[in-house]
This record gives sequence, structure tokens and C-alpha cells, in this order.
Amino acid sequence: MIRDTWRIVRLGLKSLMLHKLRSSLTTAGILFGVASVIAMLAVGEGAKREALEQFRSMGVSNIIARSKKPPETQQSSTQSSFSALAYGLLYHEADLVQSALPDAKVVRIREIKRPMMRGEHFQASIVVATEPEFLGVANMSVFEGRWLTDTDEMVLANVCVLGAKLAQSLFPLEEVLGKTVLVGSDDRYEVVGVLRDQGRSAGAAGVTYDECMFVPMSTARRRIGEEIMTSTGGSFSRERVELNEIKVKLPDSDEVPMAANILRDLLLEAHKDQDDVAITVPLELLQKEEESKRMFNIVLAVIASISLLVGGIGIMNVMLATVTERTREIGIRRALGAKKKHIIQQFLVEAGVLSALGGVVGVGIGIALPHLITAWFGQKTITLPQHVLLAFGISAAVGVAFGIYPAWRAANMDPVEALRHE
Amino acid sequence: MAVDPASAASLTRDTEVIAEFVDVHRHYRMGDNIVRALNGVSMQVRRGDYLAIMGRSGSGKSTMLNLLGCLDRPTSGEYRVGGRDISRLDDDALSDVRGREIGFIFQSFNLIPQLTVLENLEVPLFYQGGVGPESRKKAEYLADRVGLGQRLEHKPLELSGGQQQRVAIARALMNDPLFLLADEATGNLDSNTEQEILALFDDLQKDGVTIVIVTHNPAVALRAERTLWLKDGQVERLDDNRSEAGRAAAEAAARSHGGAQ
Repeated sequence: MIRDTWRIVRLGLKSLMLHKLRSSLTTAGILFGVASVIAMLAVGEGAKREALEQFRSMGVSNIIARSKKPPETQQSSTQSSFSALAYGLLYHEADLVQSALPDAKVVRIREIKRPMMRGEHFQASIVVATEPEFLGVANMSVFEGRWLTDTDEMVLANVCVLGAKLAQSLFPLEEVLGKTVLVGSDDRYEVVGVLRDQGRSAGAAGVTYDECMFVPMSTARRRIGEEIMTSTGGSFSRERVELNEIKVKLPDSDEVPMAANILRDLLLEAHKDQDDVAITVPLELLQKEEESKRMFNIVLAVIASISLLVGGIGIMNVMLATVTERTREIGIRRALGAKKKHIIQQFLVEAGVLSALGGVVGVGIGIALPHLITAWFGQKTITLPQHVLLAFGISAAVGVAFGIYPAWRAANMDPVEALRHE
Repeated sequence: MAVDPASAASLTRDTEVIAEFVDVHRHYRMGDNIVRALNGVSMQVRRGDYLAIMGRSGSGKSTMLNLLGCLDRPTSGEYRVGGRDISRLDDDALSDVRGREIGFIFQSFNLIPQLTVLENLEVPLFYQGGVGPESRKKAEYLADRVGLGQRLEHKPLELSGGQQQRVAIARALMNDPLFLLADEATGNLDSNTEQEILALFDDLQKDGVTIVIVTHNPAVALRAERTLWLKDGQVERLDDNRSEAGRAAAEAAARSHGGAQ
């Protein structure tokens, strides 16, 4: 049985070798189809993981409430020219959240844009004023030194912890710990720790946490105050924001949907008039993203499969030509005792071999191609084994499916006519 | 002149009948007309026979060849191969009869070009599920028997016409068929090679191989033991070339046919 199958496959190969150019061109059609299915799925999978990673880095058991500037229409009605624009989350709201969700960790965060200097090194970045719990909730870790403590908070210590990239740009060559950084025009903070590079995109107001400075909440309140004066284009504007963000970490991601509802009721209701708070639930985004990427992947796969379909039509075309050319061979075989099923078998295997050859080479190229895409365009790609199998399977199926009609035609020739064929 | 089948049978040695036409008709529909390519042919082939079927184009020769080879089925009448009526068998069963009982030899050799000589020889066995180590031995034996020598790994197009026809004859013998069925087997060969192939047929027949040869060439037909003349889809006469009288009659007929060609 195996020997017979091998014999038929070898016969198929020999017959394909009769027309090397034609066979290779047809094979190329399948090859590109298979390679593009694999590559497209790899790109889709990579994009999906990248997006998911982003949401995951915010924490799937976290809920994030952020202050946002109210829309212009509301501003004008509440803001006189000299009073500060007050908006956003309030200190006591964090306490409300904590009492509504007693099991959750609630972390207050303030973000203040400040220029930072160390010697001649300058970096405009963000001071993140927060509490000791932040580290665990944001899922970050200390690279050297230490993190902010309750004592720092209590004594309003003038200490800071630097994100990895900020430490790198302010202290490109020096030892970091124990040095001071000038923030704004006159505040100095002693560096007590540096965080590990998280390599992710989660962070404050458009800047990753790797580029931020972290100081105790109490220190920031004392030294910077609640009002922030900014001058843009010669005119001053003052903003009063108590908290930029409240991060809530639930003990388990199962509790996220319920907690998200509570938070929405609590915060969005209170800020309904000013529309100055937004709640982000990474878990929900993650689920939405997974759904949309799945659709995206299906669309990609369908597009790539169309090229396989075109390859299949190529196979059918070539097989029809082959069957016509080899009419006499079919007649001879029938005269020597071949049944219709033998002829069908022979030409189906030949079509299958043709597309499987394309499939094998296509799998090779399809696995290599994503690496090139990553190298050239920086697009993350992930090739899953099941995608490779899928692409190869489709190619083999295409070969057989498009081989059926030509094989059927071959088998149903009248042996007498076939033998007479020149 | 129609010949009574019983008297035709009496001309042959009294051995087993391996192929027999009983009042075989084969009609084709061509538009509104019906072409009666064979119109009531009866004949017998016995084991060890060497029969030539002669006739001009249009005599029904090709139709008879197709029927004898089980490539076609009679419109009416019976065709018995090895005592079994095959005229109502389905396509698969007919294929089996072709593969087991009939050894085809064609004018244009009809070897499969992409296969080696050995592989060509194995084709008939393959469809009977019999390719194995023994088949190679058999192929080597038959290649030697037909005078091919050591050319089993050659491709057909690397061989001369005579050699190709020897491969075809060996291939026809691979399944130990009831009879060899040759269609103008020497039509594509020069006269020297033709003589060699005809000598090989004589040889094979001496060894007990039954041969039916369809030809329009009188010289080839006269090499057979018996010659069956077809005309207008009917048996015109059946000559026994081994008897003096038969041979003279056959030669006379051959001359008249040759002249008409």
C-alpha cells in the first residue's frame, strides 16, 4: 500500500518533470499563496499581541480613572479670566472609591510637567506624585536603590525615584543614587532609587513611566501645590487639578466588571456636568481588541486565501493541459488494465504533488518572510504552528480540489479514442 | 463468401477455445445513419493459435480489434474470453479482463515516455496489484526472452523502434495473458526489423503463446497460421496457411488485396 502510494507519487514527480518550467510556474502560484497566508497571519498575530501587551501592561485587574480637561464650552462658563480652571478627580474621591471597594488597592497619582536638570543634562518630563502602593499596582519593579516609603510620605521627604530612561538621560555617565536633581527652578530632590526598564508603553499623559520621576504625594502637595500655572503664547492659564489619576487594582480580574460599574456610578455621576473624568478598563479594551483583531486576522487570511485560490486555478489549468497532452498515455494505461479510479488517482496525486511542492517551499518562505518584515518595518510578527499547518493544509486541499475535474476528464475518456489520439 | 464457423473451427487443432465471437454486431450511430461496422461476425481463437485478421480500411478491422481487446462492447452478440461472456461487463470488470487476459501490442509501440523500460514493463502488473521483487525478475526474464538484454533502466526514447517494440512485446507478456493482440505491430518498422519482430512472434508461438495480429499487410498476414479476411463488417473467408491449398488461396487473396491497396 505504502509502496504503491510512493510509486504513484514518484510517477507524478516524473510526469511533472516532463514540463519543468510549466510545473515550476504553477508551483510558484501555490508557493506565493501559502507564503502570503503564513506571513499575513504572522503579521496579524504580531499586531494583536502588541496591542494586547499594551493593555495588559496597564494591568488586566486594574481600573484607571483619569482627569481630563473639560470641553471648551464648559470651560468658558466656569472660568473667569483670573480664576484657575478647576477640574478633575478630587483627593476625597479616592477615599470614596476605597470605601466602596474595600478589597481593592487605590492609588492616587498627580502628574506635573516640569523641566529637570542635572549638571548640563536637561530633560523636560513629568513628575509623578504618588503613594508607595503605586509600584505594585503599576506592576513595576526597582532596579537599584529603593522605592518610595510610608516614611517618605509622612516626613514629606525630598526624595525621588527615576524611571529607567530618565535616569539614563540625566545621568548618562555618573552613579545615580544619592545625587540630586533640580526640578523646575528651585526644587531639589535626592534620587533614592531607579526603576527597572519596563519596556512597555503604559504611563502618564503621553509619556511612559520609564521617562518619569516619582516623588511622594505629600511632598508634591507641599512643594508644588494644587494650582499649576502655564504660559502658552504669552497668555497665562492656571489649572487646578487635585489628582490626575486614580488607579484601582482589584484582587482578581473577575471582579473588574462589577468594580467598573461601581466606579462609573461613583465618579462619572459626580463629574457628569463638567465631563472631566474618563474611566479606562484595560480588561474591557483587551477583550474588545481581541475581538477586533480576530476579525482582522480572518480578513487577512481570507485575502491571502484568494491568492491560493488563484494558484488552484493555475493548477487546474495545467492539469487540463496535461490531461489533453497525455491522452494517449491514458489510453495506453486503460488498455493495460487501468480502471477509471486508477487514472483519477494518478492525476489527483499529480495535482497534489504539484501543490504540495509549492506548499513546502511556501511554508519555508512563509516562515522566513515575517522575520524580514520585522527587520525592515519593525512590525512585530508571530508565526504560530497552527497557521503554518493551516496554510499547508489549504494548499494541499486546493491542489486536490482543482485536480478533481481534470482527473475526472482523464478517467472518462473513451479508451479507443484516447489510443487513437496523436 | 461467408464461412460457416463450424468448418472454420475444424481447420484448427482441437484445443481449448480462449476467445470466441458469436454473431457479433457493432453498430455506430452517425447522425441519422447507422454504420454497421461489424455485422454478424463469428470466429474462434484457440490456445496456441496464430491468427491474422486482414481487411482493407473500412472492413471492420479496427472495430474488431477494439472488441477483441475489450476496449469496446458489441452492440449485440457474445464475446467470450476464457469461456466467459464479457459483452455485458461494466467498465471496471472490462479493465480487469484487459489487464489479465490480453496483451496489447501497438503499431506505435505506445510505451510511456517518462518511465524506464523496467517501469513500463511493470505497468500492467501495477494495476493488478502485483509489483514487487518478483516482478523485476519477471521483467528481466522477459526482456531477455524478447532479446532486449540489459536495457531495463533506459528510457523508451533512447531505444530504436525495434527495441521499443520488443519492450512492448515483453510488456504484453508480463501478465501471462490468454493471447497477444497486435495492431499493425510492424507498421512503423523498416523491413529488416519487421522480419526480426515477426521471427520473434514465430518463436513465441512455438513456446505456446497465442497470437492475434490485425494487419493490412499481406506479407505479415501470411506469416500467421490462419488468416481471417474481413469485408464490409463480415467474415469473407478464413484460410489455413499451413495447408498447400489454404496457402495458395491465401496468397491469391493477398495478391488481389495487395493490388487493390
